[in-house]
Amino acid sequence: MELLVASAVGILTAAGIYMVLRLRTFPVIIGVSLLTYAVNIFLFASGRLATDMPPILRDGVDAYTDPLPQALVLTAIVISFGMTAVVVIIALGAWLSCSDDYVDDPELHSGQQAADPNPRGGSFR
Amino acid sequence: MSLFLIVALPFLGALLPGLMNQAGRQACFTATFLVTLLATLGLATHVPAVMAGEVITAKLDWLPGLGMNVNLFLDPLGLMFAGLILVIGLLIIAYARAYLSRKDNMGEFFTYLLLFQGAMVGIVLSDNVLMLLVFWELTSLSSFLLIGYWKHLPEGRQGARMALAVTGMGGLALIGGMLLLGRIVGSYDLTVILENRDVIQASPLYLPALILILLGAFTKSAQFPFHFWLPHAMAAPTPVSAYLHSATMVKAGLFLMARLWPVLSGSDWWFWIVTTAGLTTMVLGAVIALFKNDLKALLAFSTVSHLGLITFLLGTGSGYAAMAAVFHILNHASFKAALFMTAGIVDHEAHTRDITRLGGLRKLMPITFGIATIAALSMAGIPLLNGFLSKEMMLEEAAHTKIFGSYWLVPVAATVGALFSAAYSFRYIVHTFLGEGPKDAPSKPHDPPMGMWISPALLIVPVVLIGIMPFLAEPFVKTVTYAVIGGAVEMPDAHLKIWHGLTPALYMSIIAVLGGALLLSLFAPLARGWAAAPRPEAKDIFDGIVAFFVGLARGITLGLHNGAFTRYAAIFTVTVTGLGLHAWMTGTGAAPTREMLPITINALAAWAMLVAAAGMIVFVHRNRLAVLILMGIVGLFVSVGFNYFSAPDLALTQISVEVVTIILLLLALNFLPNRTPKESGVGRRLRDGVIALLGGLAVFGLIYSMLMTDFVQPSISQYHLDNSYKGGGGDNVVNVILVDFRGFDTFGEIIVLGIAAIVIYALTEALLSSPVRAQLLNRGYESRRAGDAHPLMMVVLTRVMMPIVLMVGVYIFLRGHNEPGGGFIAGLVVAIGVVMQYMASGFAWADARQRYPYHGIIGAGVLVAGLTGIGAWFFGAPFLSSAFGYFRIPPMQEFELATAMGFDLGVFLAVVGAVMLSLESFSRLGRRQGDKPSEYAMDIDPSRDEEKEG
Repeated sequence: MELLVASAVGILTAAGIYMVLRLRTFPVIIGVSLLTYAVNIFLFASGRLATDMPPILRDGVDAYTDPLPQALVLTAIVISFGMTAVVVIIALGAWLSCSDDYVDDPELHSGQQAADPNPRGGSFR
Repeated sequence: MSLFLIVALPFLGALLPGLMNQAGRQACFTATFLVTLLATLGLATHVPAVMAGEVITAKLDWLPGLGMNVNLFLDPLGLMFAGLILVIGLLIIAYARAYLSRKDNMGEFFTYLLLFQGAMVGIVLSDNVLMLLVFWELTSLSSFLLIGYWKHLPEGRQGARMALAVTGMGGLALIGGMLLLGRIVGSYDLTVILENRDVIQASPLYLPALILILLGAFTKSAQFPFHFWLPHAMAAPTPVSAYLHSATMVKAGLFLMARLWPVLSGSDWWFWIVTTAGLTTMVLGAVIALFKNDLKALLAFSTVSHLGLITFLLGTGSGYAAMAAVFHILNHASFKAALFMTAGIVDHEAHTRDITRLGGLRKLMPITFGIATIAALSMAGIPLLNGFLSKEMMLEEAAHTKIFGSYWLVPVAATVGALFSAAYSFRYIVHTFLGEGPKDAPSKPHDPPMGMWISPALLIVPVVLIGIMPFLAEPFVKTVTYAVIGGAVEMPDAHLKIWHGLTPALYMSIIAVLGGALLLSLFAPLARGWAAAPRPEAKDIFDGIVAFFVGLARGITLGLHNGAFTRYAAIFTVTVTGLGLHAWMTGTGAAPTREMLPITINALAAWAMLVAAAGMIVFVHRNRLAVLILMGIVGLFVSVGFNYFSAPDLALTQISVEVVTIILLLLALNFLPNRTPKESGVGRRLRDGVIALLGGLAVFGLIYSMLMTDFVQPSISQYHLDNSYKGGGGDNVVNVILVDFRGFDTFGEIIVLGIAAIVIYALTEALLSSPVRAQLLNRGYESRRAGDAHPLMMVVLTRVMMPIVLMVGVYIFLRGHNEPGGGFIAGLVVAIGVVMQYMASGFAWADARQRYPYHGIIGAGVLVAGLTGIGAWFFGAPFLSSAFGYFRIPPMQEFELATAMGFDLGVFLAVVGAVMLSLESFSRLGRRQGDKPSEYAMDIDPSRDEEKEG
């Protein structure tokens, strides 16, 4: 089972990194969200994997999984929503006010834009 | 007065002139002068005790774990320097009052000056070397501000930068040296370090420590090859030059060498490095000084030369030389500060410092002439003035110093230095004040008002007094010398006398003075030769070195950070992966110690779904809507995974966050393009793919090896499991950790969440108050519109579900302490319920029925959580301590009430508010021209139509 979790995290990370390396804001945000999944699972997994041992105290049961990473990850999940929302509004603001959704310094793309008749990938109507 | 107060007074006083700037120049001056006077008097109260051999200390523990204690001590050496700093400081302040013009910001000047003064006093009184280092850096910073005080002068700015670069680098070296010293001894207290001469000199770290410390001292005291910054610092106003660059700051390096003399001196390394540097500086400085036409540059190089002289004396390592060094520090401070002030007066009155444009000033400025002549003759080493006495002692020491196996090298060098020293001193008098002239001065000079010449005149008093009656200074010099030597060598039994008999020093002195006069008479041809001779220009070399490093740094930075985010994200990933690989290859990886859990068919299916969705995202990522669907799948299976691996709370949180995140992204996609254009070529995609795979592989390796090994040390989780019920009164350990054990963390996190939501709100407001607003209101529609944007089925369903959702929310909230649930999850669930109303009936309709602003709900949440925490104070417990009890109200079952529930309520409110405020802000962008709040919940309503018909 550890193999499955580890490979899933690896694949989420790889997909996240690939998306982060794209040129537009939306895929980068998606990439960061994928990395967030990966990091959260990673943190959670630092308590090691256990099935059917939720950290809910029961009489007569004395084997529980590690509760601490769970508490940390729980707040991380909620905070990551807040952070995603902030990044999205920043990207949206840039797009709405400048019609620009490149993540790179626009000067680096000035040549590229001239060659592309519809450089912004669809325009804001 | 307490030593703490003496050090603190200038720093506290530094606030006054800045504040009093509006009150006028006199008020600034008075405040500065009184502060310094108070500190001086405070110091004076300790004089009798210190002279009687007592060492005054003041101790305060600050960070004992780091060896950082605020310990001060006052011994004779510290007393001499602190006295010089404060007394000359008083004279300089009086002089600056007259010197600065109305255009200059006097408050700013005096603030910097007091900062500097405090830092200097701090250096000489520190007992803790770490604190000494802090003050040391402060002098570099405050001198930077003072040198660059005239911000409009490019020379001032350049000089300030150079001084900061050189002394700052020296300061860094000094930090290293002092830390090594502290490490050798095992204590950072100077008083302890000074008692461990043998340990330090036997240590293999002695040489590195020595070199680093000397780098600090040499840069500060402008010793060759770091002498070049001092002349460039002369762009400062003259009071600064007189104070920092003759009497105090440049002597900080000498102070340091004198302070550490008992433990560092006496070794061959010390002798060679310090003596050679001192002698070279002395000769070089004196030769250059003679040919400088700028009065201040002449004095600057002469200061370099005299600092070299003192360094040489400290380097030879004999008690007699130490005594000469102490004596010369005192003498040099008096005559050189006076000389700088006279140069400033000449500059102030004649509006030039160029010696070739001056001359004949004796008739026009008799007072200044008198002061300058006495001071310059003292510098030349003419008998009956104090400069003669200490220079004679230096020559005496030089006559007995053997270096590189040669008996004549040192005496000859010392004589040459003294000869040039006499020559430039004579030139200062002859070319400025004697002869005909002034040749070409921009204005006709005359003596300044008394406020300006009183300070140098007062400094001349000890020059003459000690020169005629050296025995007056002898007890003090001997006491200080005793403190410098610290028992490392025997105390010299020499006395301060004018006449020592026909000693070699006397002959050397006579040669120097006569030779100096001869040189001056040959000045014109010599100056032509000097001008024709090729010389390396220190400033060009320095600028070249700086330019090289700036270029290097810029090259590296721009190579990595050229403004392309994708580029440095890629570099970052590759670097981190590379470092991880290096650790993997060189470290000792732990062998697996855990058994792998068996893979079940269900888990395999979920894994396959997750992996497929994540993989699909990469391949269809241009279609942004499809990406969101795939993201939903990923999130769903992540939460399924959490549930499977015994984390029900996480599963609930993940799935509810997933819902709001997707809604949020959908809202954003309403404005962003629906497709990502195809821009990257195959090569680039291949490159990114390889980087991504490498990163993924690295993370896989890391997490797999972590999962297969046990904890390196016992986890603190067992504590939480053991005390969750006993101490927190809850069975759900995760929830108890959140609201109790780590409640403070959670408190911070709901605040962060609230701030994030308010940031989103503020950014939306900013967007809506910009031209974007009109653009948004008037935008067209993307595609064909739905006939009924708010369909009946959805409205009815959400309406029916709302009470159910709320009840579920309350249920999840209440059971949270003992079962999976809690404030976070309940908040998310309730927020989803409310969002559904917005989706079904439209933003305007829902918003009109929303009674409480979401900011308020966030605030209420933080407040409730905070107040619950504060409640603990009333029971004498720390912030956020919780209490709980079990109650029974018939006919209900026994139930539990815990204060943690109040805290959780705060979490609940903050989460609801933050989620709703974020989503609401996004929705507000969606309004169009002509939208008005519909009074109906749905577009097509059969019951409404019936009413109309009927």
